[in-house]
Amino acid sequence: MIWNDDFETLPREAIEALQLKRLQQTVARVQATVPFYRQHFARAGVSADQIRSLKDLQRLPFTLKQDLRNNYPYGLFAVPLEQIVRIHASSGTTGKPTVVGYTRRDIETWSELMARSFAAAGADKGDVIHNAYGYGLFTGGLGAHYGAERIGASVIPMSGGNTKKQIMIMQDFGSTVLTCTPSYCLFLAEAAAEEGLDIRNFKLRVGIHGAEPWSEKMREEIEQKLGIKAIDIYGLSEILGPGVGIECIEAQDGLHIWEDHFIPEIINPESGEVLPHGEHGELVITTITKEGIPLIRYRTRDITRLLPEPCVCGRTHMRLERMSGRSDDMLIIRGVNVFPSQIESVLFNIEGINPHYQLVVDREGNLDTLEVQVEVNEKTFSDEIKEMQNLSRRIRKDIKDLLGVTCSVRLVEPKTLARSEGKAVRVIDKRKSLDS
Amino acid sequence: MKVQQISVFIENKTGRLAEVTRVLGGADISIRALSLADTSDFGILRLIVDQTDKAQAILRQDGFTVSKTEVVAIEVPDRPKGLNEILEILDRADINVEYMYAFVDRRGGRAIIIFRFDDIEKALATLPKSGVQLIKSEIFQNT
Repeated sequence: MIWNDDFETLPREAIEALQLKRLQQTVARVQATVPFYRQHFARAGVSADQIRSLKDLQRLPFTLKQDLRNNYPYGLFAVPLEQIVRIHASSGTTGKPTVVGYTRRDIETWSELMARSFAAAGADKGDVIHNAYGYGLFTGGLGAHYGAERIGASVIPMSGGNTKKQIMIMQDFGSTVLTCTPSYCLFLAEAAAEEGLDIRNFKLRVGIHGAEPWSEKMREEIEQKLGIKAIDIYGLSEILGPGVGIECIEAQDGLHIWEDHFIPEIINPESGEVLPHGEHGELVITTITKEGIPLIRYRTRDITRLLPEPCVCGRTHMRLERMSGRSDDMLIIRGVNVFPSQIESVLFNIEGINPHYQLVVDREGNLDTLEVQVEVNEKTFSDEIKEMQNLSRRIRKDIKDLLGVTCSVRLVEPKTLARSEGKAVRVIDKRKSLDS
Repeated sequence: MKVQQISVFIENKTGRLAEVTRVLGGADISIRALSLADTSDFGILRLIVDQTDKAQAILRQDGFTVSKTEVVAIEVPDRPKGLNEILEILDRADINVEYMYAFVDRRGGRAIIIFRFDDIEKALATLPKSGVQLIKSEIFQNT
């Protein structure tokens, strides 16, 4: 179902006209109200009145996550604090978190975009939405919550953690839509199985998963283990939170980015050059309706490409291909660029291997080493050493063939790799502690 | 004449082997024969116990990866060439031994070797014809 037919199916020319008008307003506003942008534009030798076409967007400088940190906590807000009704912050794994503020209208916009997203995923007012994204500073929980209420569904504000209770409530309350990270989704299925429950017999029919990169194979696994349609959702707190883009249930092929609120660009992460549609690179987003903290050409670090072709669902907003990694998650191992998601795809293509893996990167002398730890399960286990060694060899060979990087494989006992109740920890890079 | 063996995946970490025996001991399961095959990272513990299904279930419950395999127990004459005669029979019949391990049956006062064959049916068809004594699985049960 299309939630907002007027905007979601606008013809391309109308979208672009709206984008230009809103871009001009946003650029003029941040130049007038945010000292950082005033200086940032001046240094780049550009000002708001030079934005006459969408192409002129390329004249504006990028905004980096570091710019948010440098202006911690409120320096990039474009309105006085009296107009901010909500503050969220991203988990600051290194140093201070990045802080975002929402005006009443921003919350309204967010609810609208999450409502569109739920509708695109096939949810409606008859659904019981089990929201297992964390509530709190993290945008996932509340973002999904407001959208679920907006479409009139019954929302269960579970938040993350407390897995046993999640399963009990999911079963007893008859949850039909599950919102959580993809890794937690599999964790739930496993935990249910341990209690002797087959989660496929629950009423769940759709899962909406995001906040960490996942692969097509992981989708198959989720769909099979939970008996649901798994939908990919995209968002980041700096831009809005969840609901920046979502797959439609009709195609499950690329995420529609709401172009009446955001302008996406794809750039070469090294040179900053804008790439044509269809080419892979880093996603850059400009917000064109946000009031609290508008961001101009924000570098998301997410790697994807833009799919401008029309979609079967009838929405005219362009699609982003499933994120294939983050430019800052990219591991450089002996000069080879490796994304954890690529290793995940290799593993998923080997019969019987389960989705739990961890990559340990280290340095011996001057040489980078990559160890891929894979959990053994009853499908891959054999009483013969040579069979187990064949499995390790197969993994090593496939990774070498497909990614061009040599690794060692360590088979580990099941459930020894950290299970996440939030985001999965896939990479342990020991080189970082060596460098500092 | 098949004997049930369970195999357990064990990471090469302190205490994992003890965990297996702790779990089995706690469930009053007796180990009749065992062998541990090891690599630098992991080992495969193969066990013949008196209560196979129960052992498999409780080890699984404790989070171990467990599989069940059928093996053959053969009585080996305790004299020079005793084992060789059996291996010659297998060789002539083109039956491959994946692995084997020996133990002494104290009650029967005899040497027993556990064989894991690539083709167990063929081994079972061949060996008795050549006069090799196969051991019934009952002797591993608790009596």
